[in-house]
Amino acid sequence: MATYSTNEFRGGLKLLLDGDPCVIIENEFVKPGKGQAFNRVKLRNLKTGRVLEKTFKSGESVEAADVMDRDLQYLYNDGEYWYFMDNDSFEQYQADAHAMGDAVKWIKDQDVCNVTLWNDAPILVEAPNFVVLEITDTDPGLKGDTSGGGGKPATLETGAVVRVPLFVQIGEKVKVDTRKGEYINRVKD
Amino acid sequence: MEVCTPVLSQAAGTDPSIEPLHTRYTGPAYPQGLELFLQTSPEFAMKRLLAGGSGPIYQIAQVFRDGEYGSRHNPEFTLLEWYRPGLDHHDLMKEVAALMYACLGEELGVEKISYTELFERQFGWSPLQVEIRQLEDTAVLCGIETGNLEYRDQWLDLLMSLVIEPNLGKQGLTFIYDYPASQASLARLNPEDPRIASRFELYYQGVELANGFHELADAAEQRKRFVAENHQRRQRGLRQLPIDENLLDALEQGLPDCAGVALGLDRLLMLRLGKTTLDEVLTFSLTKA
Repeated sequence: MATYSTNEFRGGLKLLLDGDPCVIIENEFVKPGKGQAFNRVKLRNLKTGRVLEKTFKSGESVEAADVMDRDLQYLYNDGEYWYFMDNDSFEQYQADAHAMGDAVKWIKDQDVCNVTLWNDAPILVEAPNFVVLEITDTDPGLKGDTSGGGGKPATLETGAVVRVPLFVQIGEKVKVDTRKGEYINRVKD
Repeated sequence: MEVCTPVLSQAAGTDPSIEPLHTRYTGPAYPQGLELFLQTSPEFAMKRLLAGGSGPIYQIAQVFRDGEYGSRHNPEFTLLEWYRPGLDHHDLMKEVAALMYACLGEELGVEKISYTELFERQFGWSPLQVEIRQLEDTAVLCGIETGNLEYRDQWLDLLMSLVIEPNLGKQGLTFIYDYPASQASLARLNPEDPRIASRFELYYQGVELANGFHELADAAEQRKRFVAENHQRRQRGLRQLPIDENLLDALEQGLPDCAGVALGLDRLLMLRLGKTTLDEVLTFSLTKA
């Protein structure tokens, strides 16, 4: 079992806390002149995404989490799992709905996603920051309206719904920022 | 009088929460080599001068502590340390406040509160009597998640550092005085209540700036405390350190009744310049030294 001492703490280090893999966001050393030293650590739970704070007595050791990030290509979904492939090793991985999270709203076959593997199993799938998707449904808008104000909901080919300007039509492709779920611009083929 | 004492010593402070750096001399007088400790403060050497009749003394000293590095810590830093025969720790707090006015250029308000009152006001219990379980509960209530700490003082340090300290000295200078005896191995005990010792700390803008004592002058008592601290070191898996016999000899000869204080100059400069990390005021901190 690999462990890290508090002296090795730094941003990005992966630890196992209460059975969950976590990544250090911030590490602060606090110590009264004549007293016990502590490391005050802000971490993100990689399974839930939740941010937590923990305080360790300096010198303590904490179990390391066998976590790595990989770029994997999305292959297909069989109704229960989403399948990904490592394009170098051709190894395949299956992610469940929990690991997929919001990514299901944005990805299509062939998209390359950043996948966090814990003990070789996906626990977190991030959609690419920007995706281009076709609009499958939206109210017809006024053709000449190029104003930024207003807008209307549009359903994309993956099922996600984003607000688009009134001039955008069914069948057109749009670029979307998946982190905010926001329309960026139209894309011509 | 300004004095200058050696950075290297054959002995070290035994405080289990302060770890000295050490080095080695080999040559004339010590052909087999001699382990030397870098001072964690110039206190012991200055007390030897006081016992020798120096009168009031001060110095600006480079001091060294292992294992301390962060936004407000660097293993090498600068202390202004001074001693006043005839003064107690309350008199010395006034002098520290006057120096702070001079350094920070304004008449700052001064708040004085005892360590006991501070905890009673914040948490409703006395740090001198509180049980470990209550300390654990308090930490949970304050949203602090931590593992098990073995000693009461560790829990008190935790609550002090994370909950109380960030809010101290926001309106002006805050002096905390009369610490638990277990946290003041070089201070004399309060004659009315031996559970507390005559120690004070200065906080400004949430930063610990200075630590002072009404100095312990009893050689036998000081030896007892050094031995007890070395015992704690062994319990905690830390190295036991050579006790400063020269200091104990000096106390034996007679240390004048005096108070002394050490003030972190790098931190003072940091606050004076409105900075938030020591890195911004040190020429080259640990990772660049």
